[in-house]
Amino acid sequence: MTMQPASTEIASRTAAIIQELKGLEGPLLPILHEIQEEFGHVPQAALPVIADGLNLSRAEVHGVVTFYHDFRARPAGRHVLKLCQAEACQSMGSDAVAAKIKQLLGIGFHETTRDGSVTLEPVYCLGLCACSPSAMLDGEVIGRLDDEKIDEILAEVRS
Amino acid sequence: MIPRIYIPGDSGALALGAEKVAKAIAKELAERGIEAKIVRNGSRGAYFLEPMIEVATANGRVAYGPVKPSDVKSLFDSGFLTGGHHKRWLGAPDKIPFLAKQTRLTFARCGINDPLSLDAYKSLGGLKGLQNAVAMAPADIVKQVTDSGLRGRGGAGFPTGIKWKTVLDTTSERKYIVCNADEGDSATFADRMIMEGDPFVLIEGMTIAGIATGATKGFVYIRSEYPHAVATMNKAVEIARKAGVLGVNVLGSPNAFDMEIRVGAGAYVCGEETSLLNSLEGKRGVVRAKPPLPAIQGLFGKPTVINNVISLASVPIIMDKGAAFYKDFGMGRSRGTIPIQIAGNVRNGGLFETAFGLTLGQIVDDIGGGTATGRPVKAVQVGGPLGAYFPRALFDTPFDYEEFAKRDGLIGHAGITVFDDTADMLKQARFAMEFCAIESCGKCTPCRIGSTRGIETIDRLAAGIEPEKNLALVTDLCNTMKFGSLCALGGFTPYPVMSSITHFPEDFKPASARVAAE
Repeated sequence: MTMQPASTEIASRTAAIIQELKGLEGPLLPILHEIQEEFGHVPQAALPVIADGLNLSRAEVHGVVTFYHDFRARPAGRHVLKLCQAEACQSMGSDAVAAKIKQLLGIGFHETTRDGSVTLEPVYCLGLCACSPSAMLDGEVIGRLDDEKIDEILAEVRS
Repeated sequence: MIPRIYIPGDSGALALGAEKVAKAIAKELAERGIEAKIVRNGSRGAYFLEPMIEVATANGRVAYGPVKPSDVKSLFDSGFLTGGHHKRWLGAPDKIPFLAKQTRLTFARCGINDPLSLDAYKSLGGLKGLQNAVAMAPADIVKQVTDSGLRGRGGAGFPTGIKWKTVLDTTSERKYIVCNADEGDSATFADRMIMEGDPFVLIEGMTIAGIATGATKGFVYIRSEYPHAVATMNKAVEIARKAGVLGVNVLGSPNAFDMEIRVGAGAYVCGEETSLLNSLEGKRGVVRAKPPLPAIQGLFGKPTVINNVISLASVPIIMDKGAAFYKDFGMGRSRGTIPIQIAGNVRNGGLFETAFGLTLGQIVDDIGGGTATGRPVKAVQVGGPLGAYFPRALFDTPFDYEEFAKRDGLIGHAGITVFDDTADMLKQARFAMEFCAIESCGKCTPCRIGSTRGIETIDRLAAGIEPEKNLALVTDLCNTMKFGSLCALGGFTPYPVMSSITHFPEDFKPASARVAAE
């Protein structure tokens, strides 16, 4: 696991991101995306800095961060595996695929394996609905999941 | 002439291994010492044939697919660079039945060339619509779009020209064009395909919208689940800016227009237009009450055109060929073409652009070729997670906004998910409620609370607890959600639930009765 940055460091790096993006119209989402890119999650220590930088209340910033599924309160595992659970994938057996992967990894959705190797998440549509069931591993798209592809995915996240 | 090999970079093709194929081809070229140019094009949308590669030969393009990395050596041995025969040989791409049967207006260029080549875009008619528009008065552009009969392709089907007219007629020192690219509905990928495969058509459409309404700034709000589309659009905007398509003098005219690409953060409800506007402003993606209409008070309180990707991408052809040309396609009040996305458990899945009016049966059986599993079709869900499930008995329904509404359905963003006879419709109805509960923005009670009570009630039905009473309760709850919710999320969740109950009542009988019946 990487070391967690100290809160003073979070504050200074957050301030730099705000400085860079606050000229945009409606800068909060771009700033939050950039912070998550920088730290792997949106640390609590960043929130008062954002509130201060954009002249918002901390409650407003907290409200926005917690509204969106993408923003993480804590870092994810080294890999993030998203399994599509929407209707098109359901019609091609995504339930069974998810059940198998959960069992092999020993975790459920929104959980990270104990060794920190992978976080498993549901996603509602990757736009690969003619290639169902589909998944996304660290931003790479995978379609027509079958046992062979599941094995490849698991080999990659465990390596 | 150096041979050109086209390998799609579209995420659907990538998901099926296009990158590995591209690497294998590059390696083989190097080993054999052959000089050839690899072009990464978009996808033509025949996903059952992806990865579909094409080579430019003296007699035109020849396609091969679906290509696996293990096919590459034998492709070279068969002389595929000159169109040689191989088990993956498909012939001229335009002659492949799935593609030949289509009427491609919006997707005319998608998948043919490198999506980021502005020259290739222009060579296939790109920018002609914008060139016409810069020479016209704004009101005339709006009239052209109104006369074309184009209706919002995001799902609501509201006439695009009327929306634009409202913005044009509203006085303000600042106006916006917002493109809704938060394509969250399952079974839909048309927006993704156009952004990855022909991004300039969207930029052109938005610029025309800007000139027509007096807006000088545009935003494309793309969902975060589409990283490839985000990357392509960002590059395309940069190229358009350098070429003077965007900027203070659009194509050398006095019109100014520029745009930014913004990325969502995983909230389905942000596909609802007012929630999207809040999200762009940096707020929680909570739905706003209407009125005021976004056309009058939209982004940052300014008059805003908010249109779906496909609506905007259909504008250039209308401005190029004229309103009458576009209006000539279609039926009833559904004019022009619609990119139907055939998805789920289907043999020939992909994007099929055609004039309105094909029946559901023609789409699913003739074009889609039935299920991928080979089992009978039980149900098709039309219009994404908020669309109704139709049984085979309704397969004579023509693809048309009004015809679907008459049968308590909707065409939405024109995605169709096919299910075979193993589907359990009670489970699908429960999922519709569950999805609504996960994605509800929480502003209105019928959606926020109703969806959770809906899950519980359907669970009681499944357990055989007071079935008649609970079925009546679900029906009543759906009625409340339909008429009491602020937006389509809570308001349309009853469609999949009630259509499942109405058309597949046997799946809602208690488990014990179902077992007894079998």
